[in-house]
Amino acid sequence: MTAAKITARDVSVYYGEKQALESVSIDIATEHVTAFIGPSGCGKSTFLRCFNRMNDTIIGARCTGRIELDGEDIYGAEMDVVQLRARVGMVFQKPNPFPKSIYENVAYGPRIHGLAMDKTELDRIVELALTRAGLWDEVKDRLSESGTSLSGGQQQRLCIARAIAVDPEVILMDEPCSALDPIATAKIEDLINQLRGRYAIVIVTHNMQQAARVSQRTAFFHLGKLIEFGETSELFTNPRAEKTKDYITGRYG
Amino acid sequence: MTEHTVRAFDQDIRALRALIADMGGRAEAAVNGAMDALVTQDHERALAIVGGDQKIDALEAEVEKLVVRIIALRAPMADDLREVIAALKIAGTLERIGDYAKSVAKRVPKLSGGQRFEALALFPAMTTVVVEMVHDVLDAFIARDADKAVDVWKRDKTVDDFHNSIFRALLTFMMENPQSIGSAAHLLFIAKNLERVGDHATNIAEMVYYAATGTNLGERERGNGTATA
Ligand SMILES: Nc1ncnc2c1ncn2[C@@H]1O[C@H](COP(=O)(O)OP(=O)(O)O)[C@@H](O)[C@H]1O
Ligand SMILES: [Mg+2]
Repeated sequence: MTAAKITARDVSVYYGEKQALESVSIDIATEHVTAFIGPSGCGKSTFLRCFNRMNDTIIGARCTGRIELDGEDIYGAEMDVVQLRARVGMVFQKPNPFPKSIYENVAYGPRIHGLAMDKTELDRIVELALTRAGLWDEVKDRLSESGTSLSGGQQQRLCIARAIAVDPEVILMDEPCSALDPIATAKIEDLINQLRGRYAIVIVTHNMQQAARVSQRTAFFHLGKLIEFGETSELFTNPRAEKTKDYITGRYG
Repeated sequence: MTEHTVRAFDQDIRALRALIADMGGRAEAAVNGAMDALVTQDHERALAIVGGDQKIDALEAEVEKLVVRIIALRAPMADDLREVIAALKIAGTLERIGDYAKSVAKRVPKLSGGQRFEALALFPAMTTVVVEMVHDVLDAFIARDADKAVDVWKRDKTVDDFHNSIFRALLTFMMENPQSIGSAAHLLFIAKNLERVGDHATNIAEMVYYAATGTNLGERERGNGTATA
């Protein structure tokens, strides 16, 4: 057995009257990349946003149940949300670099979290994060250029570097490749592979081949419910639930 | 079975099943025909069966092409993936069955000595059993019917019993009639070929079972002893 990094129990989410997630329980381990798949609107993003309390920022959104990060209740009174979002980083569908230099994009987080004592240490953190994000060689000579001057795929890796820079434990990715071309997508997938085991990674994807390629555990959601969760290779070759089978074989809807 | 959202995918799957059914029909006919040619000493028919094997080989190549196309274009998953892979393996196995029929047909002229073999009476019955196995296991494949596959799988024992009887009968005959050892040896090979057809039908049953259920039949049912000759 592998110890869970995140434990979610009976998590339900409501947007006003509407229930978007129904009593979902799952364990997320650091050694695996976990993929969330399912038809749009089934609650993948909603669930992902619970893990770093991003739903708090949505007016009318309400979350019940319990989510623990290393055994700590993330909705508990002692939990510092800013701290939580550093520990549980997020990468979005559209790359969203700040309109600042490449260097600043990465240095911003470590600076506000006071992770560097001086410029030398900050430089080192920036270089390490960009290296881990597989971007260092491409940008090391243009660190002062704007982050928005990079290509889409590079911008997405910059966002991953930004998440990595604050030394997170978990990285959440919500359809990180859906705005990217196949080559840029392959680079992100390769990167996810490199990062596996260092961070607990959860990726939402509507591309099943991608889920099959990058993850070791896959969760299939349907209408706000977790239908099936298990080993990726098993789920894609021999799903247990009829709903999972219909979805992954393209018999949905 | 619910249709796929992409309907061209269903067409591909249907085309694949049709190819397998065609191959299976030809393999069955070849085994039956080779046995008929043997019993009736019809050399022309035997030659036709040897020639017809090319068509089975060509169909196997067609299955291979279609499977590669389906995998490349449709990226099948779950039971679809298992079925497509099974189809590829089944086509290879049917091609081998065709080869056994050809090998039987090639021996037909070698047995024209007019010698009467008692054991010969067992051959058509054995042929009926193995051809039915091939027929039923392909039905099971098309219908994704795991129970039917298990049923075929269990019949392999009967084939082995036939083979053992023929083997013993021919051996006795050879000892008593040393002058007919040559012909009897050909019959031994023919019996072995039929037995191999049964083995291949059994292998297909395992492929069909896996395609239908996602679990291995061998792991589940093996160990209750299959006879070997
Ligand atoms: N901010 C929001 N306000 C109201 N409803 C929302 C909001 N975000 C998502 N929903 C609804 O919640 C359900 C799940 O959405 P979402 O988590 O975005 O699904 P997915 O990521 O699987 O496509 C959908 O029915 C969606 O319309
Ligand atoms: Mg979403």
